[in-house]
Amino acid sequence: MQLKVENLEVSYDKIKALHGISFSIDQGEIVTIIGANGAGKSTTLRALSRMVPSGHDSKIEFMGNDVLKYSADKVVSKLGISHVPEGRMIFGNLSVNENLSLATFARKDKKQIEKDRKWVFDLFPRLFERKDQAAGTLSGGEQQMLAVGRAYMSGRKMMLLDEPSMGLAPILMLDMFDALKEINKLGTTILLVEQNARLALKFAERGYVLENGHLVLQGDADDLLNNPDVKKAYLGA
Amino acid sequence: MEYFLQNLINALQWGSFYAVISIGYSMVYSILMLFNFAHGDIFMVGTYIGCGIATLFLSLFSAFLPGWLIFILTIVVTMFLTSFVGVFVEEVGYRPLRQAPRASAAITGLMIGIIFETGNLIILGAQRFKFPALIKSVAYHKGGLYFTNVKIMIVGISILLMLALHVFIKKTKWGMAMRAMSFDSLAVPLMGVSINVIAPLTFAIGAGLASVAGILYGQAYPILDPYMGILLGWKAFVAAILGGRGSIMGAAMAGYMLGFIEIFVAMIFPSTFRDLIAYSIILLILTFRPRGFFGMEHSIRLRL
Repeated sequence: MQLKVENLEVSYDKIKALHGISFSIDQGEIVTIIGANGAGKSTTLRALSRMVPSGHDSKIEFMGNDVLKYSADKVVSKLGISHVPEGRMIFGNLSVNENLSLATFARKDKKQIEKDRKWVFDLFPRLFERKDQAAGTLSGGEQQMLAVGRAYMSGRKMMLLDEPSMGLAPILMLDMFDALKEINKLGTTILLVEQNARLALKFAERGYVLENGHLVLQGDADDLLNNPDVKKAYLGA
Repeated sequence: MEYFLQNLINALQWGSFYAVISIGYSMVYSILMLFNFAHGDIFMVGTYIGCGIATLFLSLFSAFLPGWLIFILTIVVTMFLTSFVGVFVEEVGYRPLRQAPRASAAITGLMIGIIFETGNLIILGAQRFKFPALIKSVAYHKGGLYFTNVKIMIVGISILLMLALHVFIKKTKWGMAMRAMSFDSLAVPLMGVSINVIAPLTFAIGAGLASVAGILYGQAYPILDPYMGILLGWKAFVAAILGGRGSIMGAAMAGYMLGFIEIFVAMIFPSTFRDLIAYSIILLILTFRPRGFFGMEHSIRLRL
């Protein structure tokens, strides 16, 4: 087991967003958490990457390390968990190339960094064409590519993705998920949260369903796709 | 015409102090969205450190090292030492207040300033210190113009420092992280960049620059006192606002502009009216352009 989450609680002010959820992910898996808007999907990822504090009784263990002892930047640089945040959070005033370089801020392996950069540019040739352009001038799809490429450069063991399909044209969505498959093939575990449940369940191996801060269902992605409750609530069928 | 040029030289010197100090305000604001109101007093502390180092080095080295080398050594060592004052202010004063309302941080800054001023009085007493002259002043007369090598040096070193800072921010990974923070500080930790590295570094650079301004100031106006940072600090703060919150380039330009306005107002009106008229002009500019010269549209929501 690579990631083990037990009783994860997160509150914003006095309002609980997550009511003690537990799940685990194996090395190299592709797992998705689906759910409606406001179910707590983004909050789960933010708790994992330490952008928001977790409750006192929560436990997050990653490859034997207590994640809650790490600060947000160390989760990336020491544990190798990267996060493609909601809304992409691209640095619009930096060039595409600088965005990628910034993601390697804490890394010392210069040669490997350049190899990784080349790999990202091979995966997303559009980024290479625009590498000296300010990232703020990119289209939504290109910004999403940059966010994924940046995450790939920053930490390689696990990638957390928050709605990577949001705002993308259907054809770009498929390209994006193909690219994520490539990243996964190199050994990166992927945890994806999505509102687009059909797309997410087709892409992932396993899935969880999050409702109002509780995990209510889990199982193989195919089973969830055929589950009548899931169909009714999330697949619009 | 000569009178005008003469004043232009003075304005350049005067503006250099404002420019170099105001950059410290702007850099900190651009990454943390707070104004470090202790900055004027960091300038004061830096000037005293510079004075101490200069006195020490002159007594140790003047027998066998040339004056310009002692001057450069003084600048380097003073920058280094004063940068720790900046780091101290960030770590002790502001870091515990990252999530607190900005007003708390502003008040903290003012309090740190008062602690520096009164601490200086307690440690060094009420005697006035005199900054030793590191460069032998040579006066030039050219076509009715009068200027000294010290004035040229003050302007030259200030511009050199600002260019060096520009290169640092554009070319190094730390500068890149600072630019990223100025755009979106929430996303920066996700890149594996610790804000607890970038924030103290920014304070250190601001303090280091202020200390050089202090050494240069000491060459032009050698009498030091513990409250010297207040007025200069506030005026540099005005320059930072006028340049546009968070804009380093804007702060530098506005610093020079402030110098020009002050000197030229004093050229036309009695010098007792200088600040009244100069700052009325600035108030007028800000009325029509509240975000300053280079301020981002979004920074118009004032967060102290």
